[in-house]
This record gives sequence, C-alpha cells and structure tokens, in this order.
Amino acid sequence: MSVTDRVRPQGHLSDEEGPSSKSVRRLAFSQQLSRWDVKVSPYLYISPFFLLFALTGLFPLLYTGWVSLHNWNLIGGQGKFIGAENFGFVLGQPYFWNAVGNTLSIFLLSSVPQVVLALLIAAVLDANLRAKTFWRMGVLVPFVVAPVAVGLIFNNLFADQFGLVNELLALLGLDPVRWHSDQLASHLAIATMVNFRWVGYNALIFLAAMQAIPRDVFEAATIDGAGRARQFLSVTVPMLRPTVIFVAITSTIGGLQIFDEPRVFDQSGLGGANRQWQTLTMYIWELGWGQRNFGRASAVAWLLFLMIVLIALLNFLLTRRIASQGGRK
Amino acid sequence: MSSIPMIRQTAGEGAARKAANRMNRSGGRGGGRPRNRGGAGAVRRPGPLTYGSLGAVMLASLFPLYWSFLVGSHDSTALSRGIPLLPGGNFLANAAKVFDSIPFWKAMGNSLVVSSVTAASVVVFSTLAGFAFAKLRFRGSKGLLVFVIATMAVPTQLGVVPLFIVMAKLGWTGSLWAVIIPGVVTAFGVFWMTQYLRDALPDELIEAVRMDGASMIQAFWYIGFPAARPAAAMLALFTFVATWTNFFWPFIVLDPSNPTLPVALQLLQAAHFVVYSVVLAGAVLATIPLLLLFIAAGRQLVSGIMQGAVKG
Repeated sequence: MSVTDRVRPQGHLSDEEGPSSKSVRRLAFSQQLSRWDVKVSPYLYISPFFLLFALTGLFPLLYTGWVSLHNWNLIGGQGKFIGAENFGFVLGQPYFWNAVGNTLSIFLLSSVPQVVLALLIAAVLDANLRAKTFWRMGVLVPFVVAPVAVGLIFNNLFADQFGLVNELLALLGLDPVRWHSDQLASHLAIATMVNFRWVGYNALIFLAAMQAIPRDVFEAATIDGAGRARQFLSVTVPMLRPTVIFVAITSTIGGLQIFDEPRVFDQSGLGGANRQWQTLTMYIWELGWGQRNFGRASAVAWLLFLMIVLIALLNFLLTRRIASQGGRK
Repeated sequence: MSSIPMIRQTAGEGAARKAANRMNRSGGRGGGRPRNRGGAGAVRRPGPLTYGSLGAVMLASLFPLYWSFLVGSHDSTALSRGIPLLPGGNFLANAAKVFDSIPFWKAMGNSLVVSSVTAASVVVFSTLAGFAFAKLRFRGSKGLLVFVIATMAVPTQLGVVPLFIVMAKLGWTGSLWAVIIPGVVTAFGVFWMTQYLRDALPDELIEAVRMDGASMIQAFWYIGFPAARPAAAMLALFTFVATWTNFFWPFIVLDPSNPTLPVALQLLQAAHFVVYSVVLAGAVLATIPLLLLFIAAGRQLVSGIMQGAVKG
C-alpha cells in the first residue's frame, strides 16, 4: 500500500484521467502482491526450520570436522592446522577403544531387550482390557522421569553397599555384585535405566501398530490352528516390520549417544575408576571440557558420527531381513 | 461371516469350537467364559494372567519412584540399618538440605521458562511449516519434506564442540538463550503438523478464505492454526517433556549457578560426600512437576504416541 502512495505524486498526470484507471492500477498491484504472496509464503513458512537446522545442526556437524584438524583449546581457541594428528592420537588411546566397547555393550544390552520387552508388553496391552487407558498410562510413567533422576535413583538401587538389588540377591543366597566396579555389571545397571525409561514408550508405539493390523488376519491364523505364541511370532511381528525398523533405528541413534545415565552413575562422572562405563559421548566431554582439547574432542565426535551411520545402516538391513524372514514362514 | 459347520469341515473340531466360542462372546458378554487369550482378540476378555503381568509391569515402572521417596524420607543412615518398607518422616528435612545445597527454585524457574518458551515456539514454527507442506503448492515441496524427515536421523548432538564455540563467541554461554535457541523448531514437529493438517484441514476452506481476499498469513492464522489445535497441544506437551528432561547440552553450556533442573540435580551428587537421602529427595522434588503434568495430561501423551506411531 505504501508503495502506491509514494507513486502518486509522480503520476500526477494520470490523476486527471479519472479514478477508474487508478483503481485499475491498484487492483493490478494487489493482484501482483497476491501472486507474490502465493509464491513466496510457503518458502517463508518453512524457512525457520531450514535456517535453524543449518545454523545449529548441519554447520556445527561439518565444522566439527574442521576443528578436528586443528590444535584447538577451549580457552585459547583455534591453533595450528595439524591434519589428522588428532585422529591418530585418539585412535592410539586405550580409553578411546574402551569407550567404543562400553558404548556398544550398553547399547546392545539396552536396545535388544527393550524391543523384545516392548513387543511383549504391547501384545498384552492389545488384549481386550478393562480400564485400557489406566494400563497404558501406567506403562508410560517412567517417560516423564528425567534420565538424570533415573540415573540417581538406580545408582542407589544398584549401590555396591546397602543397595536394594544386592540385598535381594543376598536374600536369595547369592553373592553381591560389584555394580560400580565390574565392567559388565555396570553396563547391565545402566542398560536397566535406559530400558526402564523407554520400554513403555516403545510398547505404546508397537501397540498402535498392532491395532492397525486387520483382525481377520488373526482369525485366519486361528482357523489354521496357530496358537497364541505362534500368532505373535508369525503374524504380529512380521506385520509390525516398519514399526520395528523405526524403533530400532531411533534407539540406535539415541542409544549410541548415551550420556546422562552413565554420567550420574558415580560422583566423578567420568565412567568409573578404570573408565568401566565411560561411553563415547562421555569421552568427548572429558576431552573437550575436562582436558579442554576441542580438537581431540571433535575427532572423537566425527568417529562416533561415522559409527552411528554405519550401525544404523546395518541395523536397518538386519531388521528388514529378520522381519521378512518371519513373513515368509 | 464364516459358518461354524464349514470350519468344522475344513479346520477340524477344535477350530470350530473356538470359532463358535468367539461368536458367542461377540454376541453377548455373558455368552462364553472369558478365557485368558490376549493378543488377537478384540472380543475376548483376558484373564488374571494378563492383568497379573500388566500389574508386574506397572509395579516395575512405579517402584523406582517409590523407592526414591522411601530413601528420601528417611535419614542418611537408614539404608545401612536394613531396607525400609514404609516412608519415614524425614522428607521435609531432606528437602530443606536440597534447597541449601543447590539453587533448586532458580533451576525450577529456569526449567519452566526454557520448556515453555521452547514448546510455544516449536508449536508456532512447526504449524507454520506444516501448513505450508500440507496445504500450499510450491516447487520442491516434496523433496524438502523428505529432507526434513531425513534430518531426524542426523545425530546433531555430535556438533556440540562448534555449537559451544559459537555460543561462546556470541557471549551466550551461561544464558538460557543458549539452551532455547537450538530447539525453537524441530524436524519432528514439522513432520507431525504436516501429517495432521493434511487430513484435518479441507483445501476448499483455504480456497474460500483466499477468495474472500485473505492473505496467506491470514489464511494460516484464521483457518490453519485453529484446525491444528489438537495436534499442536500434543506437540507442545511432548516438547515440554523433552526439554524439561534434557541434560547433555544444558549441562555443557550452562553454569552451575544458573542451571536447569537436571543440571542442578546432578550437582547434588557431585559433592564430596554423597548423602543418598538428600540426593533422592532431590530426585523426587525434581520429578513432581512432570508427574503433575502427567496426571493432568497423561491421556494425551498416550494417544499422542499412538497416533505418531501409526502415521510415522
């Protein structure tokens, strides 16, 4: 509007041509504006996401590669270009490989039982229950407990001394487990925290997918004489293939970056006296903010990125394979 | 509808009995004896085994919270004297120690601000983008939407080092903006709103208001946003919970003097001498706000997860 107003003094002559031409021109302009509105608006509306992703997602991720090729200190900032030296250093560190092992071990201990348990719980929730919503909500409660709080609580449950788990083991006549010094035991404890928080959530995802399966498929299976377990394995699970893949991929991407729970599993937050449960993300933190070496921290971040991409791909192929084999039976 | 005699012919006596039972049960509730057959049946009533196992699952998901309250309501030496079964009377004393050792209320306020602002902005920007993807025609829309979905699989958390460098350059480290800004719009939010608006908003409606002379942004504001309200509420809920429980980035970029709740909570344990009764009282205190939210809106969380699964 303001543009047309400003045009008026120059178009003094045209004023005498009468009001009709002016309104025609104004109409043409508003049509122009409207066409522009139609063309540009969609891009304008989606731009916040792309801008933000570029600035806080993609750029930092790529820039990590740049930082990893330099001497780079938290305080001093950018130093010399040193090529692949940071990668060489990191790959030569026992703590790096230790962290790789811990991350994979915790990941396997959490993701596999998580998917299996979630599927089983979903199958139970899929029954024609009374007070459906009550049970579904009950399963979801852990989701609203922050991982840090979960970590603190389970840290106490799994305490080496006076911990509930060890007391229960003692009641059964078993030896106490040194949850905070045995490597595998600590992984088991941390995986339990992850499972605690996510099993119910994933169960609801599976439940929704199960309810989308047409019921006559089960009736056909019943008529064919398939029992409940057989139906679950040969009908339900294969029919859930896309959902299982989805959950497997998301839990891979999240699980390999695990930080919160192991971070609060002891006081120091570095993963135990011998780094028994230090994960790769914790190692990134130790290098970057503990030792203030951003170059090395970035090198580990890049390596972890590659690892996640590889495992996510592998996971995708594997779940597809398993699920389709189930379908062929 | 299959007839019972035919099943008997083709699938044997057992199958026919089962089919007959099923039909009885679908006819009237009192028809057949409810047997424990979960899984497939939409009509069968499950038995005690199903409820029993669900009860066990429920117990497992509630017990750690109860345990936290149990330990948090006794004194610091209670655990060494044997496992307590009932809560003690020390919760308020422990809570007072929590308030003494960490800036609890400040952290609570910060968490509220960060989570609310993030939730609101995610809803606005995601709905705007979802409206464009679902209802407006523009070149490259399909490819761009695929790109948005693909970014969900990118572990952007691994860019922490440069993100920290940028925040330090801007002088934002220690400020809540450093936590809010990276989260103002999410790929999940855009995808979620796109899916919802596609079905919920008839094209004719937009055309009609456009004919009446409404601009695009007016069409969004008066037609698109109101239509998106149910999905927007769920998105706000999920974003709020996710932001509230987020730890890694706030832990890196915020100071212990100006933390969010999870960052403050972790400080309880970083002390030289860990007193579990105080730490777990803190865990309970920090969980109460989200538990209240869960009581008020847990139903919406459940249906949100289930809707997302079907469409996702």
